[in-house]
Amino acid sequence: MEKELKNLIEKWEGRRGNLIMIFHEIQNRYGYVPRDISLKLSEILDVPLARIYEVLTFYNYFNLNKPGKHTISICMGTACYLKGAGEVLKEFREILNINEGETTQDGNFSLVTVRCLGCCGIAPAVTVNGKVYGKVDKAQVADILSEYTESRDRVNEKT
Amino acid sequence: MSGIKAVFIADTGVKGPSRTEDFYAAFLSRVRERNLQDSVQLVRTEFSGIYDKGIFLRIWPGGVMYRDVPESRIDEIIERTIISGEVIEELRYTEKPKSLRVVLRNCGKIDPECIEEYIAAGGYGALNRILKDMSPEEVIEELKVSGLRGRGGGGFPTWMKWNFTRQAQGKEKFIICNADEGDPGAYMDRSILEGDPHSVIEGMITGGYASGAQNGYLYIRAEYPIAIERVRKAINQAYEYGLLGDDILGSGFSFHLGIRLGAGAFVCGEETALTASIEGKRGTPRPRPPYPSLRGLWDEPTIINNVETLANIPPIMERGGKWFSEIGTEKSAGTKVFALTGKVRRSGLIEVPMGTTLREIVYEIGGGLETGMELKAVQTGGPSGGVIPADHLDTPVDYEHLQDLGSIMGSGGMIVMDSSDCMIDVARFYLRFCVDESCGKCPPCRIGGYQLLMILNHIAKGSGTPEHIEKINEISNIMAKASLCGLGQTAPNPVFSTLKYFTEEYLEHINDKKCRSGKCSGLLSYRIDPDKCTRCSICFKKCPVNAVKGSREEGFTISSDECIKCGECFRVCRFDAVKVR
Repeated sequence: MEKELKNLIEKWEGRRGNLIMIFHEIQNRYGYVPRDISLKLSEILDVPLARIYEVLTFYNYFNLNKPGKHTISICMGTACYLKGAGEVLKEFREILNINEGETTQDGNFSLVTVRCLGCCGIAPAVTVNGKVYGKVDKAQVADILSEYTESRDRVNEKT
Repeated sequence: MSGIKAVFIADTGVKGPSRTEDFYAAFLSRVRERNLQDSVQLVRTEFSGIYDKGIFLRIWPGGVMYRDVPESRIDEIIERTIISGEVIEELRYTEKPKSLRVVLRNCGKIDPECIEEYIAAGGYGALNRILKDMSPEEVIEELKVSGLRGRGGGGFPTWMKWNFTRQAQGKEKFIICNADEGDPGAYMDRSILEGDPHSVIEGMITGGYASGAQNGYLYIRAEYPIAIERVRKAINQAYEYGLLGDDILGSGFSFHLGIRLGAGAFVCGEETALTASIEGKRGTPRPRPPYPSLRGLWDEPTIINNVETLANIPPIMERGGKWFSEIGTEKSAGTKVFALTGKVRRSGLIEVPMGTTLREIVYEIGGGLETGMELKAVQTGGPSGGVIPADHLDTPVDYEHLQDLGSIMGSGGMIVMDSSDCMIDVARFYLRFCVDESCGKCPPCRIGGYQLLMILNHIAKGSGTPEHIEKINEISNIMAKASLCGLGQTAPNPVFSTLKYFTEEYLEHINDKKCRSGKCSGLLSYRIDPDKCTRCSICFKKCPVNAVKGSREEGFTISSDECIKCGECFRVCRFDAVKVR
């Protein structure tokens, strides 16, 4: 792990103000910033752990917990909000039985709200693993989810 | 006279239809008098998009447009224009170019990943000339003539920023492109970076040369992966072509450019928070002065410009400051890119000269409202801006006019709202955003924002009191005056402006417990219509809090004290017996 971490941060070592860029490298690799990595990082860079967490927790782009296999992002930008993103979010919450910022117990889905995806023309917008769904209606939510669920029913049908 | 001519008569203005009716009849009778009805076709058209120009005609072929046409001149028009094909100059209407592409001149026309195409479109030509023939002072002077003001929100004259940094003493100097576009409902900067990254880079190199900065950073939101990738490619290409690096184009001037990523903190759009973030720290603002142009990144003089501002630089340098200053209005030169969204028919990115009215933007460019409902307000400036009600639609869009109305230009989000949007709900939306994004450093913003939000929640839930209005004014004032940075200072704007223009709506929520748009679910009340109720008892069974009282024999009622307004009874009723008010 240490070697991998060193490889990741090599490019940024010794540069001024590198901490945030290093977090980006780590999150790109692991999907979040694990605590043991932060501990190692603190040793390598000789920066106190408190300082690392001070910065890490300020920015909500960085995850401290492992995200689910599929990340559902609901756009809560103004245009989406006015066109009913709240209803769509509620439906996702109810079906997945989690709140935004949480991951389902099976680790399959994370639900997050984002500020603005910048595609206000197709509001309300939702992305799943970066794939964009536009003009989402409450009724479509279950269909979207089923694309990413290894449905037991489907398995059953086959057997 | 040959061929068939067509005359389009459009309804304009408020009294349009009836006036147009008479005019049409008069025109038709004159045409018949001359026995021309087989070759001249008269067409009544709907609204042409041009307001307050009286009777409006467009004559085909040719398409010449006449405005303010009195009935007395019909004969003349038939004789001179229709028969002889002449144009009557004093009636003629020339269309103002509604949209004008300066910043977006290359977007969608060139391949953004190909520097050769940018160069072929004239790119880097201005830079070449500047490095060869112009002194930094001359560059700043040209910028001064242009009248360019910051497009990120504040509208500070760009040449002054550059000049301050030029005159400041420092071990080194920096120029930063602020691409931390976080306003909900705005994506101008993303489109520029994705569509024409080189123009921003050229702008930055020019700024570096003018101010003496040798290092630059593009601070881009991590949420914009495509923009980041394109900019990265563009920077590499510029290095390959010797447009970045040491001794650019043999001029002896060196400039280096790097990318730093934001990490989802809206406050980092504030310049002192932005520099803190590039330094790898928490993005909290600090008191100004000293301004970043004197002490910014690593305490050195730093220019911070927004993406759109920088994209304006190459065309200004290429065509001259005077050319630029002639676009737009006297105090707000140039164009502005807006992300027109919301309930408008054609939403998208638009670029218009400053001074274009909101009406022109919404109706002529945006095609009016998609819902067919009435326009209620236009929101500009995102969470720092305010709403502009329908009766101010003829306001020209520039820095001063928007500020007078209690809104701001902001970075360019423009959201159209119709009568189904509740203004209290809109104010809450923006305020919630600011409360979430407050960095927590200064109490007026941290506490004031939260308290304001609590008050709005009360009003939306139906527990508002008239004293709350006073409190809103008081807290807003304190926040605006005492907050450390722009985020807190402007956070009350959406509340303030909705309260100013839609006081009635606030009072309705407070006194009558009524939300005319039906958005505030806390204010709805449910009632069972005994005439329609079949006593099937489904609502009785489904109500999660047992607020439906009664029995199949006596009939059912809803106890409003116990009702939590979840709407379940309304949804399950198959006989339309549950009424919502």
